[in-house]
Amino acid sequence: MSIQTSVLFDVPGPRARKRNILYTVLTVFLALIGLSILYLGFNRTLSDRESSLFSAETWAVNPAGQWAADMWAPFLRADTWTGYVIPGLQNTLTAALTASVLAIVFGLVFGIGRLSKHWWIRVPSGAIVEFFRGIPLLMLIFFTMALPIVAWQVFDVPTGTFQVTALAAVVTGLTLYNGSVLAEVFRAGILAVPKGQSEAAESIGMSRTQTMWTILIPQAVTSMMPAIVAQLVVLLKDSALGYIIAFPELLRSFTLLATRESNVIPAAIICALIYIVINLTLSRVAIWLERRNARRGKPSATPTAAGGAPSEVNGARGSDEKPTEEPGPHKG
Amino acid sequence: MEAFLSNIDRVVDGFSWTVRLTLLSAFFSFILGILLTAMRVSPVPLLRGLSTAYVEGIRSTPLTLVLLFCGLGLNSALGVSLADSVAMDVFWWAVIGLSAYTSCFVSETLRSGINTIPLGQVEAARSLGLTFTQNLRMIVVPQALRTVVGPLGSVLIALTKNTTVASVAGLGVQEASREMKLMFDQGIAPVLPTFVGFAIGFLILTLPMGYFFGWLAKRVAVVR
Repeated sequence: MSIQTSVLFDVPGPRARKRNILYTVLTVFLALIGLSILYLGFNRTLSDRESSLFSAETWAVNPAGQWAADMWAPFLRADTWTGYVIPGLQNTLTAALTASVLAIVFGLVFGIGRLSKHWWIRVPSGAIVEFFRGIPLLMLIFFTMALPIVAWQVFDVPTGTFQVTALAAVVTGLTLYNGSVLAEVFRAGILAVPKGQSEAAESIGMSRTQTMWTILIPQAVTSMMPAIVAQLVVLLKDSALGYIIAFPELLRSFTLLATRESNVIPAAIICALIYIVINLTLSRVAIWLERRNARRGKPSATPTAAGGAPSEVNGARGSDEKPTEEPGPHKG
Repeated sequence: MEAFLSNIDRVVDGFSWTVRLTLLSAFFSFILGILLTAMRVSPVPLLRGLSTAYVEGIRSTPLTLVLLFCGLGLNSALGVSLADSVAMDVFWWAVIGLSAYTSCFVSETLRSGINTIPLGQVEAARSLGLTFTQNLRMIVVPQALRTVVGPLGSVLIALTKNTTVASVAGLGVQEASREMKLMFDQGIAPVLPTFVGFAIGFLILTLPMGYFFGWLAKRVAVVR
């Protein structure tokens, strides 16, 4: 059983209703003050000593401030979208999609590798997964950029001026990190398939490999789908790290645009909106898949995230807890 | 490896900023996260809506954008300065950005913890006449916190790794990953040992955290 928010309090009576109205008014008041400070600050009239805070010209849209129509005008021109936003979005999606496919392959290989009965497969797989899950993604990206230097310093390979492209570095980093997280998702999903399934498969003479690919994985995939999609949201969001190594993805395009038009705030707002729309859509898909699994009476695998990110999206279980309890924490 | 070890003071300095960012952001995001959760389940519809909009919005925005907004938007464009020296100014903005971002995940984790509390607990509390805040303070939050110790540990580990993003343009806090990048670029030590050294540094921070929270989660687990 779980709580819906409405059971935490009784149906408000006359006094509670009055109190709620008071809180609402207070909230509106505080929110208005906060918004006013932001508005005036970016309007560049907040610290204006000449006009008082309550005069009309303080509140009028300042042509030199961030809210001026000129600052938003670039987003009404076609060349802004064709020159900055759409190429940026394309690069973001290219990096995210490539990394998604590679991360799923990486996750499958090492997730199944960790379940192998040979220790010389199991132990290295575990070490690789734990290593890439435990260090920051940004460090992996920096290291990939520096790989030619490593080749030259360690193996004497004459790499010369050869450089790893920013796209390759972002995709490599995203693949290694998210692949390791997905490996844990796959492992949890496969372990969550009832034991009788693999016992039955082995008793009719199937090999371990056959059991894995024809019995366990097909059943595990449905239960893993919400966690996989949730991780892909993380991956898409993390592709914005490409900004730091000058990969011309969505965020980079917007900062270039903001520098050219000096409209930092409108650019930031519209950029955030684009990310929010994409990610919320993907999150809804994950929730829908989870609900569908719950309706069909199948458990949804939750990643055992010591490394962090996926559990945050999926509602989270403990790092050492096995997903044996009731399935989705979001079930109302 | 010798060249790397002879620069160990720079490594330690980098990690000291990482630790400072982590601890302060963890503190603020925990407080803000509890506040957001309380708002999320409160009887006032407006508070619920605000909290939901904030959590869903920030959660879907890349951390890089949040920190860029703090650095270029609030610090540079708005001209709000939080400290006298540039280094401390960007440090505090990084703490604010990281807290604003992480508090969403803390809030989501706590909310999932609240969802695991049996209905009877809350109904019993209400039937005793406890008000919403009493209910939350004495019945719901203590139980919810105990069930989410493990996931909160995961959030803290993610935060530790996320502090590397504070090296982003507009902020440029001199934390570990930036120190590593500088050492790569200046060529004062071979790249591979440097990378391995910094990776070990992060593992020293995150692995014990994971074990500690795993142990703590088992210790305080609610038996049902």
